[in-house]
Order: sequence, then structure tokens, then C-alpha cells
Amino acid sequence: MTQQTQASPLNASAPSNAGAKNPVLEVKDLSVSYGKVEALTNASITVGEGQIVTVIGPNGAGKTTMLSAIMGVLGSKGRVAFDGTLEVVPEVERMVARGMNLVPEKRELFGEMSVEDNLVLGAFQRYRMGKRDHAQTLEEVYALFPRLKERRDQHAGTMSGGERQMLAVGRALMAKPKLLMLDEPSLGLAPLIVREIFRIISELRRRGVSILLVEQNARAALQVADYAYVLETGQIAMQGPAHELADDPRVIEAYLGFGGKHQAMLST
Amino acid sequence: MDFSIALILGQDGITNGAIYALLALALVLVFAVTRVIFIQQGEFVAYGALTLAMMQSGATPATVWLLVAMGVLVTALDGAKALKAGQGRRAAGVAGWNLAYPLALAGLLGALPANELPLALQVVLTLAIVVPMGPMMYRLMYQPIASAPVLILLIVSVALHIAMVGLGLLFFGAEGQRTPSFSDASFELGPLMVSGQTLWVLVVSVLLIVGLYQFFERTLYGKALRATAINRVGAQLMGISPALAGKLTFFLAAFIGALSGVLIAPITTIYYDTGFLIGLKGFVAAIIGGLASYPLAAAGALVVGLLEAFASFWASAYKEVIVFTLIIPVLLWRSLRSHHVEEEE
Repeated sequence: MTQQTQASPLNASAPSNAGAKNPVLEVKDLSVSYGKVEALTNASITVGEGQIVTVIGPNGAGKTTMLSAIMGVLGSKGRVAFDGTLEVVPEVERMVARGMNLVPEKRELFGEMSVEDNLVLGAFQRYRMGKRDHAQTLEEVYALFPRLKERRDQHAGTMSGGERQMLAVGRALMAKPKLLMLDEPSLGLAPLIVREIFRIISELRRRGVSILLVEQNARAALQVADYAYVLETGQIAMQGPAHELADDPRVIEAYLGFGGKHQAMLST
Repeated sequence: MDFSIALILGQDGITNGAIYALLALALVLVFAVTRVIFIQQGEFVAYGALTLAMMQSGATPATVWLLVAMGVLVTALDGAKALKAGQGRRAAGVAGWNLAYPLALAGLLGALPANELPLALQVVLTLAIVVPMGPMMYRLMYQPIASAPVLILLIVSVALHIAMVGLGLLFFGAEGQRTPSFSDASFELGPLMVSGQTLWVLVVSVLLIVGLYQFFERTLYGKALRATAINRVGAQLMGISPALAGKLTFFLAAFIGALSGVLIAPITTIYYDTGFLIGLKGFVAAIIGGLASYPLAAAGALVVGLLEAFASFWASAYKEVIVFTLIIPVLLWRSLRSHHVEEEE
């Protein structure tokens, strides 16, 4: 089993994210079309075990499309290998069962259900497979997000934006994912909450969760990530270790603003 | 009308209302989770009642062959798919539930002197035949078009309703059937004579409603169905597949329908096409609840039942008209109260 996870099932000629040992996720030549419009063209990315990999890029570059295709929500062409097994056609339930989890941009919470019910439902697939440990996982998630414990009986729909994002992440963690995919976790949140969200992302990595992070907040994303891809008009335009990309003049100009790096350092 | 007649009518109304309430709850549930308007709910009532009657007459209920036929189709579709994907265990599971189970049931019914069994066992056998048709029907007819607009799903429901009525005529013949009461006991409640069957209907309905409530509030599968009704995408990302939710919902709806049929078979004569009117009254109740609210639907069902009972006394020729006219003020009120939202597709 371990051998299987170590060998690349895609037989990739040269893995782009070379720093990634034991890739959890390998995506090769992934393309998605909406009718005649190609939203994603031959994108290849790799997420190593325990890594935070970020995909940055402007609005409409195809970031969300890419995550949806990997998760199996959208149909796609190309190859997705997850946890050592090639998925011919990714299928959402199967991906969840195998330990992949997506926190979508719109959160997609169950608004008329309590916070606790939302969380417990995150463990549905594990429960279905006979792993009835959700009570314990729930305590772990509450330890990570004390705010959610305070609001456990409140309806999810009545919470603030930051709390809803925490709930969405907490719900995904209930599945004990090997790979957590976060789509714009900081979108629409106040700066203090954004900092809290990124603190939690680092904390999750410390606990061994691999993370694929899609962000428009390039500065924060590059700070927290190990490796980064820049997606522009559906194609991977640049890639490299996150700290190198943060120094790249083109990235600074397009995504960080002039002197972005220094500001980023100041803000930490 | 004197007080004792009003009491008798009230009792009738509440008994029928309890059944309509069960059907209305099933309709709301099916619509919320799958967006299917479950027209053929009434046919499950008729199939439940008539399967039991046929069993009691000593014949093998023909519905079991329908179950076998549906099972063969499901096995052919899902089993082949699983085998193609190299999932041998899954294929075996599919074949076990959809092929081996119906055949075993058919064999059992052929071997058993079903008409000599105690009533409780006959009821269990009836449910064992009719209820699995619910999830199979979802798999065969709705799952392939699960994301189609509500109108398309409705058209499929109408088609299935017509097909099931036709098959009902083929299976059970045109004769009406009535089954013996669950109990011959009766109770005097002041001036009112309450029959044992009435009590059965009320108690089972209340138990079923409480059971459903517990299922949705306490169990993870129940919560998963609610979650699917609230946010389909979110549910799918939790690994709750629309197919699973749909099959589970249709299982519950078929169970409620078939059990309702078994309960009322001793009270009313059931024909192969009786189900439609019964289901339609449940539908009126569900509409009162806006196809969304369970308590309103249940309350609406009691109103429908009572209105029907009193209408049959005052103007028996018009009782159906009166009951179905109820829907007009409700729809008017609803259309004034709520703003129209375009369906998201």
C-alpha cells in the first residue's frame, strides 16, 4: 500500500512540484469546457503530503473550475490521481470517501440546521463506511474552533461570514480528509478574521493535512504556502516555491502590488 | 344534524385525515429531497391494500412479479456498471438486493400458504413486496434525469401513475376488495362508538409521524435527507449522493403509502384505481403546507379529512368537489403571500 502511494500512478515525466514527496494529488493535463468555451486548459498540479499548495490568479481564471473538476463536481478531461490511485472519472461521493474534501467558495452550508448538525453531517461518508467516531472528531473540531462550540445550537444561516467560513472548514474536517481543498476561504471576510483563517490553515498543515488553497488574496496565500501556481485564463502561467514566486517581479506587479513583499512582511 | 352525528363524522374525518397526513408528509418529503411530485403515491396505497387482499384470497400476489421485473432491470443497469468498474463486491450487493431478494420472496410466497398466516405476517410480507418498488422506481425512472426541471419530473410521475393504474387492473382485476379488520374490538366513548380499526389507524399514524420525526432529528441518515433538501450541492460535497438520498426517500414514501393502504383496506373498499383520489387528497394537504412545511401539511390533512366527512353528510354528491375546491383559496392566499421565484436551472 505504501509503495503504491509513493510511486506516481501518472508516470509523470517531470513532476512540476518537485519538492513534493509522496504526492497526495497529481493532476495532469486537466481541461474543462463549458460548451465551446474552454475554462481550463491542460492544467497540471501536484500536492505533496503535508504540503500547502496554493493556486492564485485573477477572477475568472478558472480556479474554482479546477477544484470542481478535481472533486468530480464538474466533468473534465485529463487525469487525476489521488492518494496513489488514478481516477478515470472523479466522482464526488467516491472522492469524499477516499479522503478528499472541498470547502466551496459559497460555503454551501445547511442554513436551516444547527451548527452541530452541519458538523456531524461532515462525517456522513465515514459513518456510512462504518467509522462511527464522529463524537470524538466533533470535540477535536470544537477545540480548533471554540466559537463553533459556543454556537452549536444556532442555525448555520444566522451566523456571521467569518463564523460560516469556520463552520464550512470545520464541517470538512469532520471527514478527516487527507486533502483539504479550500476555495477562496478569505473572500468577503474582515482582515482580522482572514488572519484567523490563515492561522488555522497553518495549524491544519501542522496536523498533517495536505491543503490545496485557491485564493485571490495572493499575499496571504503565498505566505502560508509551500508551493504556488499562478492560473491565468485557464492555464498555469507560472509556478514555483511560494517564497520564490513572492519575489518574482511579475507576480509582485500583478498580484501583490508594488512593494507587496515588504508590506506582507510588515503585516505579520 | 345532532351532536352524535357530528361526533361520528368527526371520527371519520380524523381517521381519514390521519391517512392523508401520512401521505402529505411523504409528498412533502419526496418533493423537498428530489423535487419529484409524487403523483403515484396513491398507487402505492392501492398496491398495499390489494396485495394484502390477494394474499388473503390464497393467490400469489401478482405485484411480486413486478418487483422481480424491476429488480432485473436495476441489476442489469447497476450490476453491469459495477462489474465494468471492477467492483465485484458492489455488483454482488446489487444483485443480492435487486435479484436474489425478489426471487426469494416470490419463492417464499409460492411455497407458503400465505392465506393461513397470521395477519401481522401477511402485512409484513405485503410491505416486503411493495416497499422495495419505491427505491427501484427511483433508480429506474428518476435517477437518470435527477437534475431535470421539475416539469419533466412531473411528467414522468404522471406517466408512472397511469402505468401503475393499468398494471393494477391487470394484477388485481376490476373488483373492489376489502380486508378483514385488524381487531374486532370496539369501544364506547360517551355517545361515540370507536371501532378497533379506527384506533389502529390513529395509533399507527401517530407512531409513524413520531418515528419519522425522530428519524429526521436524531439519525445521521435522516439529517442527510434534510441536508439534501436544504442544499443539494453541500450535501453532495459531504458524500451524500443524490441517488442515495432519492432511493432512501422513495423507500420511506413507498413504506408510508403501502402501510396506509394496509391500514385503510378494512375501512374502505379499494379498487385498482382508488389510490389516485386518496393520494390527491394527501396532495391537497401537502399544498396547504406549500409542499414544504410538515406541520402545516399534517394540519391541512386533518382539515381535508374533516371537510370530506362533513361534506359527505351535507352534500354527498359533491364531496370530492368540495374537498378539491379547498385548494383554490389556499393557492390564492399563497400566491398573494409569497413572491414568485424562478426555478434555478
